[in-house]
Amino acid sequence: MGLTNQSSGSGAIKERFGWGQNTRADYVIALAGNPNTGKSTVFNALTGLNQHTGNWPGKTVLLAEGHYIHQCLTYKLIDLPGTYSLMANSVEEQVARDYLCFGRPDATVVVLDATCLERNLNLALQVMEITTRLIVCVNLVDEAQRKKIQIDYDALAAKLGVPVVPTAARSGVGLEQLIKAVSGIVTGSIETKPYVVRYKKEIENAICRLEPKIKQLVGEALNARWLALRLLDRDQTVIDAVENWLAREDRLTTGIKEVVLA
Amino acid sequence: MNRVAICSGLNELLEEADQINPGGSLNLNDSVVSTIYSRAEEIAGGVVTSQGKPPVDWDKVLDDILTSRVFGFPSMLLLLAVVFWITVAGANVPSEMLATGLFWIQERLTECLVWLHAPAWVNGLFVEGIYRCLAWVVSVMLPPMAIFFPCFTLLEDMGYLPRIAFNLDNLFKKAGAHGKQSLTMSMGFGCNAAGVVACRIIESPRERLIAMLTNNFVPCNGRFPTLIALAGLLVMGATTFFGATLIVVGIVVFGIMTTLAVSWLLSKTLLKGVPSSFTLELPPYRKPQLGRVITRSIFDRTLFVLRRAVFVAMPAGAVVWLSANIHIGGVSILTHCANWLNPFGQLLGMDGYILMAFVLGLPANEIVLPILIMSYMATGSMLELDSLEALRQLFAGHGWTWLTAVCMMLFSLLHYPCCTTLWTISKESGSFKWTVLAALIPLGIAITICFTVAQCASFLGWI
Amino acid sequence: MEYKQGDCPTKIISLHDLPVGKLATVSSIQAAGLTRRRMLDLGLVPGTRVKALRISPAGDPKAYRIRGAVIAFRKEEAQQILINYKGE
Ligand SMILES: Nc1nc2c(ncn2[C@@H]2O[C@H](COP(=O)(O)OP(=O)(O)OP(=O)(O)O)[C@@H](O)[C@H]2O)c(=O)[nH]1
Ligand SMILES: [Mg+2]
Repeated sequence: MGLTNQSSGSGAIKERFGWGQNTRADYVIALAGNPNTGKSTVFNALTGLNQHTGNWPGKTVLLAEGHYIHQCLTYKLIDLPGTYSLMANSVEEQVARDYLCFGRPDATVVVLDATCLERNLNLALQVMEITTRLIVCVNLVDEAQRKKIQIDYDALAAKLGVPVVPTAARSGVGLEQLIKAVSGIVTGSIETKPYVVRYKKEIENAICRLEPKIKQLVGEALNARWLALRLLDRDQTVIDAVENWLAREDRLTTGIKEVVLA
Repeated sequence: MNRVAICSGLNELLEEADQINPGGSLNLNDSVVSTIYSRAEEIAGGVVTSQGKPPVDWDKVLDDILTSRVFGFPSMLLLLAVVFWITVAGANVPSEMLATGLFWIQERLTECLVWLHAPAWVNGLFVEGIYRCLAWVVSVMLPPMAIFFPCFTLLEDMGYLPRIAFNLDNLFKKAGAHGKQSLTMSMGFGCNAAGVVACRIIESPRERLIAMLTNNFVPCNGRFPTLIALAGLLVMGATTFFGATLIVVGIVVFGIMTTLAVSWLLSKTLLKGVPSSFTLELPPYRKPQLGRVITRSIFDRTLFVLRRAVFVAMPAGAVVWLSANIHIGGVSILTHCANWLNPFGQLLGMDGYILMAFVLGLPANEIVLPILIMSYMATGSMLELDSLEALRQLFAGHGWTWLTAVCMMLFSLLHYPCCTTLWTISKESGSFKWTVLAALIPLGIAITICFTVAQCASFLGWI
Repeated sequence: MEYKQGDCPTKIISLHDLPVGKLATVSSIQAAGLTRRRMLDLGLVPGTRVKALRISPAGDPKAYRIRGAVIAFRKEEAQQILINYKGE
């Protein structure tokens, strides 16, 4: 709790998104996950910063960023507010959703709570609809052990089609492997084949009809299948966000044209 | 592609989507969520095995006490009291040590300046003004802040805060507010600005505004060293710690009641509406990392207070010294201002100097008490101040009674939030109107309550 | 609405009426809009098992175990969730 430079001062917080890619860092990594699964703890352990953590859902409400270096490459890590799903309905959930969908990080680490995996997989599966470059980090394995819960991580990785890393972020267990998995994903040395959730036939048909048209409008930059679902659902926050995103892309490209012409 | 083209492209898509899914007939959201959850169930079912139950279910044991019908509220009060007691009792010794050390340095500084043949005003401005204000902030305000903060963080790390929200929710519901407001209030104990930012966890804009406008009624870390010191003045004697703790707890509870009352009023007037939906997750209790929390938060807090002290207390010290030493018509500016404010201050049970301190304390609440002490010292005869007893004499010498202390505590609890908080409110609400109201509403309440208390006390002949 | 299923009668009641300590499965959600969405996100889809855990000392929100997490709902929300409850 409380106020320090990190939690509300100038430094670490950027509430806008989309600026990430061109600053000093070589790669931008987002940390997503349900509330209270230890995202900020992972963030702190990797970056050495002191983002506030606390045992209640909703502790982090702003984006925070930090850096770590692995094999001479700089990774910019973004700590997101926790979300139950990507169909955001509160401000801080929207911050996270917008970053994941429109900020286009180079990789996303989804932090899951090992003690209630099923519930957390809900979000992981949704993130997998948006991006293929993700790592699943199953945190709080020490708690799970205490509660006598066992998880077969290899089987989970095989089913999800993405790397799965068990960690206990508070005591630093598993972070090495997490760093390696992240670097594998961003450099492309690890191939992912995310599990795709198939819906009932009417919905799949509807997606099929809309998807090509979305591709025309936004190109490959945004995930058309996911957008199709959101548009079909008339999710106003997503519609607004897409409009903003399009306008910004437009400004960027016309900006470049003007520079070229001048 | 320009803006118009973008909109038309998007609109075409939306129309198309509408045709495919007229009036939401696909029932998309439900179906999507159900499908995803059943896939999640399948996947989790395949990889998770549970090997029996742990011997003791600590979550249940703790919750059975901390949220029980009988012990729920008493345990909340007790925990609050214990935290304050630790703060009050623990801050005493470091406070005195810091004071002794810092004022010893002050004497050396003065000697040094004398040896250098520096003009008197240099010593006055830099040592008696700037340095002394800094020394007061560090010695009086820092220790309680540095102790309270880790204690509260431990409760937070354990997972107690959501239980507070769970226990108190019904009261907030009746006040037309959101149950998570108690979480934002808990953050407000650390710093009101942080509390205001935390209001983002409240989805409904109406309830978020209520929470932001009332966050000021929990005394932030920068205010309750003032409350503790004043409470200590009220109960000089053997039972100091215990009595002071009780008074501070009473003040905090009064603040919570004010929060509820103002929330209720707001939701009946300016921010009319019914409570929105409320869901709260109660996470499992976790063992806090004692060592880490304590070192981290003391360190964080200390650095933070020191930084603020440099930026706020030092200029304030300079202002106070200058205004106490620049004379117009034979009377210092400080006295002029205080005299001007005095009639109003008297109506509220205080005096002109106290109101001056609150006005000058707008940038940061930590400096209110130090400014007051400095103004009194600049106008009184006392030069050394080394104990609570001496502080009491200083205040008594300026005509303080128990009523003055009570009114100052109430005013400190209720008055406008500091600049940082106001700035945060304007950023978070994006509205000038609400920012102004966030300052005026508490100010109005503070004036009304202090006035009522002071006038009742004198009417009843208690004073 | 009441029918026989074996020996145990299954009733459809609101989540709010589920006695503390008892289990039931979600039948349907009556809420609309954002509230409905939030409930779905928490995993309250038809067929989900829920257990009433405890009542707040102030009487209102009740806490339920839903998919391994403990979630508290106010009376107004809990009444919008219908459950199949096997019991007396
Ligand atoms: N035992 C154990 N506790 C952990 C571990 N990781 C995090 N925690 C604790 O879990 C709680 C939540 O951690 P945070 O890092 O604040 O969680 P978060 O995901 O950032 O939460 P939000 O910001 O609310 O979304 C804290 O009390 C941590 O100390 C772990 O590996 N083991
Ligand atoms: Mg966090």
